[in-house]
Amino acid sequence: MHRNKSLALAASAVAGSLVLAACGSGGPSSGGGKISDDKVVLGLLNDQSGVYKDLSGPNSKVAIQMAVDDYKAKYGDKAVAKNIEIITADHQNKPDIANTKAQEMYDRQKADIILDVPTSSAALAVATQAKAKKKLFIDIGAGTTALTGAQCNKYTFHWAYDTGMLAAGTGGALVADGGKNWSIVYPDYAFGQDMTKSFSAAVEKAGGTVQQKIATPFPNDNFATFITKAGSTNPDVVGIMAAGGDLINFVKQYNQAGMADKARLAVGLMFITDIHSLGVEAFKNTVFTDAWYWNFDDQNRAWADKFKEKTNTRPSFAHAGNYSAAFNYLEAVQAAGTDDADAVVKQLEGKKINDVFLRNGEVRAADHNVTHDVYQVKVKSKDQVKEEWDYEEVLKTVPASEAYAPPSPDCKM
Amino acid sequence: MIFGVLGVVNFSHGACYMLGAMIAAILLRDTGMTFWVALVVVPLVMFLIGVLMERLLVQWLLKLDPLYNFLLTFGLTLFTVDLVKRQYGVSSLAYPVPAGLGGRVSLGSVELSVYQIFAAAFSVLVCVVVWLVLTKTRVGMIVRASTEDAERSRALGINVARWVTPVFGFGIALAGLAGVLAAPTRSVNADMGSFFVIILFAIVVIGGLGSILGAVVAGFLVGLVEAYGQGYVGQFSQVLIFVLMALVILFRPAGLFGREEAA
Repeated sequence: MHRNKSLALAASAVAGSLVLAACGSGGPSSGGGKISDDKVVLGLLNDQSGVYKDLSGPNSKVAIQMAVDDYKAKYGDKAVAKNIEIITADHQNKPDIANTKAQEMYDRQKADIILDVPTSSAALAVATQAKAKKKLFIDIGAGTTALTGAQCNKYTFHWAYDTGMLAAGTGGALVADGGKNWSIVYPDYAFGQDMTKSFSAAVEKAGGTVQQKIATPFPNDNFATFITKAGSTNPDVVGIMAAGGDLINFVKQYNQAGMADKARLAVGLMFITDIHSLGVEAFKNTVFTDAWYWNFDDQNRAWADKFKEKTNTRPSFAHAGNYSAAFNYLEAVQAAGTDDADAVVKQLEGKKINDVFLRNGEVRAADHNVTHDVYQVKVKSKDQVKEEWDYEEVLKTVPASEAYAPPSPDCKM
Repeated sequence: MIFGVLGVVNFSHGACYMLGAMIAAILLRDTGMTFWVALVVVPLVMFLIGVLMERLLVQWLLKLDPLYNFLLTFGLTLFTVDLVKRQYGVSSLAYPVPAGLGGRVSLGSVELSVYQIFAAAFSVLVCVVVWLVLTKTRVGMIVRASTEDAERSRALGINVARWVTPVFGFGIALAGLAGVLAAPTRSVNADMGSFFVIILFAIVVIGGLGSILGAVVAGFLVGLVEAYGQGYVGQFSQVLIFVLMALVILFRPAGLFGREEAA
């Protein structure tokens, strides 16, 4: 642990001196030129080695490369961005490292945009950098509504999902389906608290009641007593707001405690990689909201096939989100005729998009939240699964207007 | 036990626990090996790994300050965890509850899963077997004598050094066994041991360094504290374990069953 800290210190010291060096050389030269430094640099900043590696990680670079290829194929010689470079960095889900890496990418590596950044606290750190450097940031992997709320800014966009949308999709819909009484179990840190707040609001708005909100330590591997407690009020639905390894711990123990037959399990945030690792059996009857599903229709499937050729795996919604964000960024550069950040932001704001990831998508000008149709899904039973990764049954498409709350009054651009 | 006999604080126990579970899951996936076979095979594999660790690395540092082996095993942990991540990624591997243990039984007001009961009974069985081996057999006597006072055992003509390797391997095998037992109820991934080792450390300190009975009693104590903690103070349940540890250190610096000189 000490080693990590001293490494981080060393890294920030280096980055700090780089910032000074960049200032000395006159700062960014985006002014009147068409393409700064004669190339467009896309920076992918995400978890390349830790818990979120599989659901986004290195394969998101493949997705972004697909966007670059599609852009070049579409415009050929007419492309405004002729040289496009993709750079990546590992933020290890730590806000301090994300902060340093973002500075390094914007200043030293001349990134025109940073993409992805899972982990809410890390995403907020990068948003602050984007604002200070006046360069673009499109977040895909993080869930916090603060990115388009109190901490929104002109250069930050939130592309794929947020906790509010997950709650509206899952919470509201399950109450309508008869799940009136809820117990919510959540890890006691920023993400868990944010999710619990969003879910409680969604459940109550739909006419349900949240009987218990049970806080657990994070991380945690033994949920036995929490599960007993959650079941003690005989709820219709148990909502679990944990992610990654903790989610899997919880689900295994939930099933062993026999709760699966007594209450429906609603998972706050689930990635298809979670189902893949535990198998569909473990998630019997589980309901959640997905921002995108690879096997939803022919368009998604075609894209997923291309992705599989390159990675030998199926894409999560984060992979498709990175593709869509990178492609639409390049489209905006094309339309603006420059990679100047202010001009690109102007192109993106208010844009209505339909692509492989976004259906009825809109880049809201008021808060830069990218709203789109999302999907309420159920995990398939074992005999319904026809091939590997064929895990989700789409119950209902939740229209963008229902899934996303109106722009927050806290957001002042 | 490893500490008692060797004076080595083995910080790689978490990694060995993880390896045990990972090996079981990989064997299940690639060869279809059942839980029952894994329960035998995995500890054997882990024993070999333990022997290799001791022969290749640990033994060279035995003469130095125990801190060196502490650092070595800590380094091995980081190394192993990253190696597993590189090879198998960070997502958990699937490990279902073994056939025949999936049901539940009702005991009055509480309902327990058969697997939980099995795991508890099996742990007790392993404890009893280890205890019997240590107290009733000649090997056990030698190991205990070496734990008590290595110098004097040596003076009595016992080749303490000869027992170092198997004891180390046995300790690692037990960690691997714990990993197999945990696989059906925990997420099986490279990071699963990092949390385990912290709790383990608390158990060892509470029980008394080098005391086997102490470790068993402290293990159950910590389990109870955590369970009641979850029931009454939720998110602070883990903190309670360390409060308990701090209290024990405050009043009995050597742990509940430790001897002063061991501390």
